[in-house]
This record gives sequence, C-alpha cells and structure tokens, in this order.
Amino acid sequence: MVKTPIKPLDLFNIDSMLSAEEIAIRDTVRKYVEKRIKPEVADWYESGELPVAELAKELGELGVLGMHLDGWGCAGTSAVSYGLSCTELEAGDSGLRSLVSVQGSLAMKAIHAFGSTEQKDQWLPGMAAGDIIGCFGLTEADFGSNPSGMRTNAKRDGGDWILNGSKMWITNGSVAKVAVVWARTDDGVRGFVVPTDTPGFSANLIHKKLSLRASVTSELVFDNLRLPASAVLPEVSSLRGPLTCLNEARFGILFGALGAARDCLESAITYGLERDQFDKPIAGFQLTQKKYADMTLELGKGMLLAIHVGRLKDQGLATSEQVSLGKLNNAREALAIARDCRSILGANGITLEYPVMRHLCNLESVFTYEGTNEMHTLVVGEALTGLGAFR
Amino acid sequence: MKIAVCVKQIPDPAAPAKMDANYNLARDTKLIMDESDSYGVEMALQLVDKAGAGEVVLFSMAPGEEVSGLRNALAMGAHRAVLISDPRLAGSDALSTAKVLAKAIGRESFDLVLAATESSDGYTGTTPVQIAELLDLPSVTFAKGIEVKGESLIVARQTEAGFDEIEVPTPALVTVTAGVVEPRYPNFKGIMAAKSKPVEKLSIDDLAFSPDSVGASGARETITSIRPAESRGAGTVVVDEGDGFAKIIEYLESLKVI
Repeated sequence: MVKTPIKPLDLFNIDSMLSAEEIAIRDTVRKYVEKRIKPEVADWYESGELPVAELAKELGELGVLGMHLDGWGCAGTSAVSYGLSCTELEAGDSGLRSLVSVQGSLAMKAIHAFGSTEQKDQWLPGMAAGDIIGCFGLTEADFGSNPSGMRTNAKRDGGDWILNGSKMWITNGSVAKVAVVWARTDDGVRGFVVPTDTPGFSANLIHKKLSLRASVTSELVFDNLRLPASAVLPEVSSLRGPLTCLNEARFGILFGALGAARDCLESAITYGLERDQFDKPIAGFQLTQKKYADMTLELGKGMLLAIHVGRLKDQGLATSEQVSLGKLNNAREALAIARDCRSILGANGITLEYPVMRHLCNLESVFTYEGTNEMHTLVVGEALTGLGAFR
Repeated sequence: MKIAVCVKQIPDPAAPAKMDANYNLARDTKLIMDESDSYGVEMALQLVDKAGAGEVVLFSMAPGEEVSGLRNALAMGAHRAVLISDPRLAGSDALSTAKVLAKAIGRESFDLVLAATESSDGYTGTTPVQIAELLDLPSVTFAKGIEVKGESLIVARQTEAGFDEIEVPTPALVTVTAGVVEPRYPNFKGIMAAKSKPVEKLSIDDLAFSPDSVGASGARETITSIRPAESRGAGTVVVDEGDGFAKIIEYLESLKVI
C-alpha cells in the first residue's frame, strides 16, 4: 500500500515545539523565499550576481534585517524566530542568508551592542529598513581562524584616527554603504564605523568563486583612511567585540545550514519518486531509502539541537561553546546531506535545474566560515578537557 | 473609514479533509485564515490607507475560540477582531452563520462590510448577501476594485464579458473576488503587534440568540449524503508532428468557440 509521504521535519513534529508567532514569522519568510528567491536564484548563481539593493529593501520591509535586535526600527523577535528565518532564507540560498547574517548579526549587532547613541541613531534605522547595506571586516588574507594577529591598524592623529590595512572575504563589501572594521590600536582591538564613501576606502570584488556565487564577496582596502573620533565604537576595546557578533551570526548558521540541507533532501525525495529505473521509482529501492532515513535523522537531530540552543539563547543561557556545538554539527551534517542527495539525483544533480549542487557548493563555504569546522571542534575539545589545543 | 471584514477560519486545505458524522467538514484541527478572505483584508487595508484614517475590524465565527487565522489578518494590519465562538453554534448552516455575523456586525456602524465571494471550504457563496439582507444593506458581488466617491462607492464588478461599474451608497456590503489584489506579507512588526491587538470573544448569549435558533437545531438545511466528485478523464494527448497548429484550430472549431 502506498501511503502519503510526510516531509522530513514533519516526521519530528517540529511545529509542536514552536509558538504561533514563531510559525507565523517562519511562514512569512518561507513564502517570500518560495515566491521571490527560488524562481530566480539559479540564474543569479550562474551569473554570479545578486540584486542586493533590491532584496535588502524587500527583506527590510518584511522586518528580517536585525530582526532579533530591539529598537531603532528592529522587530525585536525571539532568537528562535531569527533562527527559523535563517533556515528559510538558506533553503533559498546560503548567499541570501549570508546577506542577512552579515547585515543583522554582524554589522547591525556591532553598532547595536557597542555603538554610541549617535551611531545607533545614524545607522540602525536605515539598516533595518534595508536602505543602508552594511558589511563587517574582521578576517584578513593571512588571519582567518586567528584574528588576534590582524595587521589592519588605526593610529590617532590629533582627534582623528588613520586606518590602514585590508580585510578579506567580506560579504556585502562592494555594495555596503557602511563597514564595521576591526583594527589594532594602542588601546587594543577597536571597531570603527566607516562610511564607504570615505576617501581611502576601496572594495574589490572577488571573482572566480565556485561557492556562494549568489553573494557579493569583496576585499576591503584602507589607505590612510581618516576617521573622526566619533567613528570608533565606544563600548569595546578587545576581540570580545567581533567575537560577540560572530557568535550571533554562528547562531543563525546552525539554523541556516539546515535550510539548505532540508531543501536538498526534499528535492531528492521528490526526484526519487519521479525517477524510474528498472521499472520502478528509485525512491522505492532500499539503498535510496537508507539514504533518506539517515539524512532525515541528521536533519531532525540538527533541528532539535538548533531549537534547543535557541531556547537557551532566549533565556540568556546559551554559551559560545553551545553555539560551537551547533555550528560544528549542523554545518557538517548539512554538507553530508547535500552530498548524499547529489548522489540520488545522479547526473541531474550536477546542474542548476535542481538546487542540490548549488547548496552543496555553498555549504563548503558555510563549513568553513564563521569559525572553521576545525576551530569549533577545538572549542568543544577545550571545553571537555580544559586544554586549549590551538595556541 | 470604518470597514468590517468577514474572515472565515478553515481547516488547512493542504491537509486531507475529514468529514464528521453529520457530513459536515470536521473543524477540530488547527484552522487557518481562508485565503479567499485575505483579498478582502488587503482591500480594506488599502481603502483605510487611502482614506487617511479609519479602522479595519474582523468578524469570524469559529469553533474552539480559534484565533490563529484572525491573528494572521491582524498581523497584516487589521486593527481588532470579533470572534463568535460557542459550542451551540456547531452545525450552523449558511443562513444561521449569516444571522450570527450580521448581529455581531450590527452592534457597530460601518461604512463598508467586505467578504469573500465564497469560502474555500463550503463554497456556498450565500452568506455575504444574507448578511447584507439581514443588515438591510445594499450589496455588490464579485468586486475587483472599490473606490470611494463622497458618500458612495464605485465598485468594479466582474462579469463574464468584462466588468460593470456600479455606484452604491454607503453603508454597503461588497464581496471581493479572489486574486484581485496582492495580499501583503505580514511583516515581523505586524506579527509581533498582532499578539496584543484586541480580540473580543462573544457567545450566542452575548448576541441574544436562543440556542434552538442557531447551530444544528436552527439549521434549515440538512446534508443527507455526500459522495466524492467524479474524477476527470485523463484528456487527449495530441503529439505535434508539425501540424499542431491545425489540430488546435480544428479542436476549437469542434467546440464552436471560433
């Protein structure tokens, strides 16, 4: 007897864990992604272009940008609602979720948490509305996992600051109107709010990417860039600043990566039911069903972990080690799911006609950025043993 | 401008439908806003926006104090809602439903009452005009657009050939055709704000109905049997061998449409 197929996450009845408001927010983002993103994203991916300004405006109208922050035009939702939105955005494309993560969790969060009232008033409402796109410069070409070695520096010149150096792999870099840049100073690592039309600022688009092609990735260069004293984020003078923001963005990723995985798995199930070999659907073969079952287990376990960390975060209890656990597991398992799904789709799986290879290529970046798989492994290792293995 | 919008909360059409012992649609699952009603909500919000001031009030009759569909419309921007929920209303037919909604709406004065042309579960399409009759309001059906002109409304009423332009004095009841406006996505601020918007809950006692005048005992319709609709045939597949155009013409001619 043929039964009606159930969707992988519905098998876990994930909805029973969510409030009506969380479901409403999730469904709003899901509908937007279905209608606006999915029909076009393969073309954006192939051409390597994303209409960032247009999408930012639409996402701003929905309230997605900085949604988990309070005040200054931000919606002030729960962390779980933010996470669920990331899942839906990344079911569209990791590039779209990256745009939102960088805007809300990195650039806006930095100003929201460490900025002056004047800085918040000047930047946050426009950023929440999507009129102003922000980027966040921490990583450098030679300093990825080890940001404390950064070379970008700011020196005082009277009341002003002079910024020199460069940042690498900066999402939204070439389309941003404002950059939050972290630099070494005599007072420790400080954050600077840099309007991108300041003389001495340049952003170079990174080409020839095979991952996150529907995302703007740039190098930022600062050449004797002069900033007033009011440009510095007053409330922090150490790596705690950027790391706080990264923890927010990672939290979004532990939900987001599962969105890409879910989209792959749903595609692979639909495909398997329609694709006949040896006179029956390949979904009916035991090897395929084992793949489906194993992938569903990992997807569901990942979502249970994500929601658990989200609930802890909403209670103010989540630690950075718990966010590491989630990012480590969910980025890794999402990538494994995408690979297995690709095998189910056979040759069709390598094209942009299906979302699977696109997600798979994107997840290679997601596996590495916002803390590599290796670094999160060592964070967990250190938590378990008390011994730091990377310094 | 003050507008009442009738909103039906129905079982999710994406889920398999269940019927109860009396051949009524089982409504014991989670209910959602009928998509047909989202067009009326959108049109009401646009009219109030254009008027510069006013209020959009939702009216719904639903079992189990169900509000999730109403919250959705409140998240879109409606100002408040009135829910009539009472176990004694179970089994109501279209006319009883109209009586209950008319009584609830009639407690206040509105410039306009909006409803969908028909619901996506029952499809009777009779409730809105019954409400109009009970409230002694003029009614215009199948609207694809509404404009305010002084104390009147200019309603574009869809017909098979195009549309009629009908001028109707306010207050009036207008039914809105599905698909004529793009219902807005509720944004997150709307969703957050919807939690604290007022939903007034009424029983049949609040509306002074006797229990035997509504619900199954007040219904004048009974459903004696139901059966599945006949499934459609598979259709004819014509392979285009270079003469596809001629075959389409031939087929249309056989239907006498050209």
